[in-house]
Amino acid sequence: MSRIDALFSGLERPACIAYLAGGDPDPETSLAAVRAVVDAGADIIEIGVPFTDPIADGPTIRRADNRALAAGTTPDRIFELVRAVRAGTAVPIVLMTAYNIVYVRGVDRFYREAAEAGADGVIIPDMPPEESEDAVAAAGRYGLDQIFLVAPNTPEERLDLVLEHAGGFLYLVSVQGVTGARSGLPHGMEERIAALRSRTDLPIAVGFGISGPEQVRALAAAGADGVIVGSAIVAIVEKHLGDRDAMCAELKEFVAGLCGAVRDGA
Amino acid sequence: MKKGYFGEFGGQFVPETLMGELEALESAYERAKNDPAFQAELEGYLSTFAGRETPLTYCRNLSRDLGCRIYLKREDLLHGGAHKINNTLGQALLARYMGKTRLIAETGAGQHGVATAIAGAALGLPVEVYMGEVDMARQRLNVFRMELLGATVHPVRTGSRTLKDAVSEALRDWIARPAETYYLLGSAVGPHPYPTMVRDFQCVIGRELREQVLKAEGRLPTAAVACVGGGSNAIGTFYPLIDDDVRLVGVEAGGEGLSTGKHGATLCAGTKGVLQGSLSYLLQDRDGQILETHSVSAGLDYPAVGPEHSMLKDIGRAEYVAATDDEALAAFSLLSRREGIIPALESSHAVAYAVKMAKEMDEDDIIVVTLSGRGDKDVTEVAARMGVAI
Repeated sequence: MSRIDALFSGLERPACIAYLAGGDPDPETSLAAVRAVVDAGADIIEIGVPFTDPIADGPTIRRADNRALAAGTTPDRIFELVRAVRAGTAVPIVLMTAYNIVYVRGVDRFYREAAEAGADGVIIPDMPPEESEDAVAAAGRYGLDQIFLVAPNTPEERLDLVLEHAGGFLYLVSVQGVTGARSGLPHGMEERIAALRSRTDLPIAVGFGISGPEQVRALAAAGADGVIVGSAIVAIVEKHLGDRDAMCAELKEFVAGLCGAVRDGA
Repeated sequence: MKKGYFGEFGGQFVPETLMGELEALESAYERAKNDPAFQAELEGYLSTFAGRETPLTYCRNLSRDLGCRIYLKREDLLHGGAHKINNTLGQALLARYMGKTRLIAETGAGQHGVATAIAGAALGLPVEVYMGEVDMARQRLNVFRMELLGATVHPVRTGSRTLKDAVSEALRDWIARPAETYYLLGSAVGPHPYPTMVRDFQCVIGRELREQVLKAEGRLPTAAVACVGGGSNAIGTFYPLIDDDVRLVGVEAGGEGLSTGKHGATLCAGTKGVLQGSLSYLLQDRDGQILETHSVSAGLDYPAVGPEHSMLKDIGRAEYVAATDDEALAAFSLLSRREGIIPALESSHAVAYAVKMAKEMDEDDIIVVTLSGRGDKDVTEVAARMGVAI
């Protein structure tokens, strides 16, 4: 059983999933930031591998990617980061990146190195199931979960295709659009989650646009098995660029608040 | 299950949000392609609005100077000033066919933005255009033309603030509002079905050219030459000649020279990768990060290329070469002075290489150059480089 499967099957409440842009604002500070988020109680850590031209990301994460790249972050440095985080914790780690980063490195090599570093899953937002044969096979070879996204407008007939390939958990995109913190929640999340639940045994985690404890509580109440917060966390890193202690302190406080909200809502 | 491949290139590398939209687009396009009423309406617009068919012009002076027979396929004479309108009319009609209520587009030099604004105005569809801030500065005239035509131009301030960033921003707009939006992509790039669909709409160039040169010369040309940014005018020129014994030559932006790293010559100097929806040659570093490109022409300033060109390169059916900024500027002046035709800076790259090729040719060899656009939009930039105040 993968670390991700073990986590969800042992959890009585929704999982709190935190995203950080790897190497933001520089590889060293990024390690401190990830550790702060782990210490605060996040159940799964998503680490973005920066790319110059991510089409599914909003301005907050794009700025973070740019900072990381300017500080010399490469896929090698991200694998080092994962190794360093893994040395101190058993928390599941998921890498999220653009397909080009994986393709250029060589699909097999990327998954092998990710597994060796201690990652548990991979998300590639611009790789639909149609293009995923090599990646899914490599994930299987190295014991990684390939996680897929389901969009608000994913047609019924495509859902079967996504579910056929998906592992780990299903990443349900809450809103139409790119990543970025928003207020409120779209209508019908409860129905959407229930409809998906009837089709799959995979845990359902909701992400995109989730900015704080209130939305987290509402999603937990709507039946989500996990809540993913990204841009709101990345914005905290950005707010304290010159001050690592203040950055880590606010990250801890914020993520602890999200974890508390997950428990309240369940 | 994979579709839209040209050999190993192409595909559909987009977020899940767009996959259903691409499927809907593909099936609407297949219907429209086989719908005589749709095709008749498109042909009507092309002939009575856009100005088809365009002439094939024999270059009397250059041919004499260079010692072979040089023709120009005059896409510069189309409404809007470039080949772009062949595609925008086709896709705007398709958008209406699909019941979409807004058009979005990216633009580099502004020619595709203008052509989209024209098509949108003619068909009563609102148009929003994404354009890099750097390109807006060097193509102010086209920004104003788009606004005159009723379009909204959104400046893009991310990345290199050129065409690549404008494409990403248009994709993000589409992801945010897929139901009502039609993304009118301007080149034979992006996810399937765009490379095929844009090629089909641009093939009118090569079909006419083939007939016209047969009529004028009684034989096919020795070579067909076109500039390549994303590669839409080139693929439209090449495709109808693909089974013929004709050299197909694509000319990329050599910028300040391939050895300087400041260029946009993707097929000459790139490696395989995935950007903005398809697998193709890219200008990228060893980790897959996209490199900044450079060209005097905004329309060729792009780090990727259409997937079909990548295939044609790999199978050896087409040759891809580069012309530098200086060579393009020299060709810009040469064609203006010797033939009375001011070419777009993009097209000037094709002219520059054709001049080079002509020197190696026999006097009865025929070179046809696709003149993808006219140079009116470039006069401010060229004057500034010449140090002339206008």
